[in-house]
Amino acid sequence: MAIAKSSQMMHDFSLSPRIDQVGVEERASRFTKRSIKNESKENGLKLVLNMIDLTTLEGKDTDGKVKQLCYKAMHPHDALADIPTVAAICVYPSMVKVAKKALGDSGIKVASVATAFPSGQAPRDIKIRDTKYAVNEGADEVDMVISRGKFHSGEYNFVFDEIAAIKEACGAARLKVILETGELGTYDKVRRASDIAMHAGADFIKTSTGKIQPAATMPVTLVMLEAIRDFYYKTGKMIGMKPAGGISKSKLALHYLVMVKEVLGEDWLNNEWFRFGASSLANDVLMQLVKLKTGQYQSANYFSVD
Amino acid sequence: MEKAIKKSSLNVSENGLEKTVSNKRLEVLKTYKIYIGGQFPRTESGRFYQPENAAGKKLANVCLSSRKDFRDAVVSARGAVSGWSGRAAFNRSQILYRMAEMLEGRKAQFIDELIQQDSTKAKAEKEVNLAIDRLIYYSGWCDKFQQIFSAVNPVASSHFNFSVPEATGVVSIIAPQNDSLLGLVSVIAPVIAGGNACIVLASETKPLCAVTFAEVLNSSDLPGGVVNILTGKPAELASWFVDHMDVNATIYCENNSEVQQMIREKSATNLKRITFYDKINWYSDEGQSPYFIMDTQEIKTTWHPVENIASAGAGY
Repeated sequence: MAIAKSSQMMHDFSLSPRIDQVGVEERASRFTKRSIKNESKENGLKLVLNMIDLTTLEGKDTDGKVKQLCYKAMHPHDALADIPTVAAICVYPSMVKVAKKALGDSGIKVASVATAFPSGQAPRDIKIRDTKYAVNEGADEVDMVISRGKFHSGEYNFVFDEIAAIKEACGAARLKVILETGELGTYDKVRRASDIAMHAGADFIKTSTGKIQPAATMPVTLVMLEAIRDFYYKTGKMIGMKPAGGISKSKLALHYLVMVKEVLGEDWLNNEWFRFGASSLANDVLMQLVKLKTGQYQSANYFSVD
Repeated sequence: MEKAIKKSSLNVSENGLEKTVSNKRLEVLKTYKIYIGGQFPRTESGRFYQPENAAGKKLANVCLSSRKDFRDAVVSARGAVSGWSGRAAFNRSQILYRMAEMLEGRKAQFIDELIQQDSTKAKAEKEVNLAIDRLIYYSGWCDKFQQIFSAVNPVASSHFNFSVPEATGVVSIIAPQNDSLLGLVSVIAPVIAGGNACIVLASETKPLCAVTFAEVLNSSDLPGGVVNILTGKPAELASWFVDHMDVNATIYCENNSEVQQMIREKSATNLKRITFYDKINWYSDEGQSPYFIMDTQEIKTTWHPVENIASAGAGY
């Protein structure tokens, strides 16, 4: 069985590198100092838009809300010609079918959170059923949460096995593993959780659920990107990255792109390998694109509410 | 240089012991910064200019604000509108009164700055007194103008139909160049009395009072972002003040017909309200009126269905 096999060659996660907090924070702040000229900015903004997982994860979500969001995904701002669509819609499993139908053959993916999102406090068989349900409903991607409690008690094998089991339940769907870095506490733990997730079969590692503060920050994303880089050098396997939560301004999103480019390189600069989990970022990007085109600072009043 | 400092500040006797210490000290000069979102940042651009008075004396190093400072100020103002316009009118009145109190307490400083900016003592005193009185005047109007300008409208259907003024939102203001304190107060007060938030460009040549007035605002319980004050050149910033799609109204207080033309054209993009106060004597009675409040208000009309109670008879 795949799980048993990978457990045998298991990496010793207690040997994950320790992170120099001051160094990482200083390095991350450097990415915000790059000068980006207008043409690059426009291309960067379009790329950002194309990397967004447009998200609604609320208890109050309705079919109508999800359909509206899907329309927004396909038609971000019709007044602007030649802008891309977003990468995916991210919803709860119960909304996958609605989203799938609404998106039709637009090519936009449907991502579903699963495994008792956002806390992850449920037995494994329920998590597996949750995942299978989402995949059967048509989810192209599954966003799972790790068991942070188990991770903190040092039960790394439990966390590893759980991710591997969910990966198996995903079948062809790509698996994003949410570390919920805001609950991990230190960069060392973020790095260790990243290593566990990647070795256990994650296709993507993702910072946060968006329900806990702090969510994605640049230093924490840098730690994860470096983990991806080290994993790539070691195994030759590319892993995707998704910062989520707290990225609502275009400028910050461009800083993230600079960081990805300088840590992982061009190969990661597309929506197959890098995503933003966000809801309000899309409108800000659209406002900046219109500003670049017209020279006028824009108002949220003239963009669709999402 | 080093020698000179030593000589003036220390008097050393032959035996090397300090005899007396001079009373001379370096004056601590104020940094004139801008006011955005309740904070006093320097301009994002890092630029400054040195306005001079008529005698050619440099007044200070003053921030030369850029369009990005303006953009940041609009973001703060937009964030402040709902909270400020949602407050009870009476509370806005209290805060305007508080601003007058704070201004009264710092009268001497304003008079001093006005004199530096070519005013005479008597004129400066008059200007500060009037500015204080003007705040009191609009403080009084905060919870009264609605009643005067509202109406219950007769309509030919069973509707209760009424119209009330509401704040228009974010207002950009290019303040009067000459009456640097009274003019500034006279344009800001009616705008915020009506529940709007504003971004004001202070007088280019006489900016000192505007920055000090920001300190008054900051200690008056006025929520951050309701008034944002920038210093800089109208020639550079005017077009941005009108161009921004998130600004709902623009007030321009100078008589430059080219700028007025530009404002008329650019305001069309999002149908801004534009107002020119180019012929107003702020010292006279025409410098204050509830109609100034109405310049940045919108009239909202509500049709409320009612039963035809006239034919229903008494219900008891």
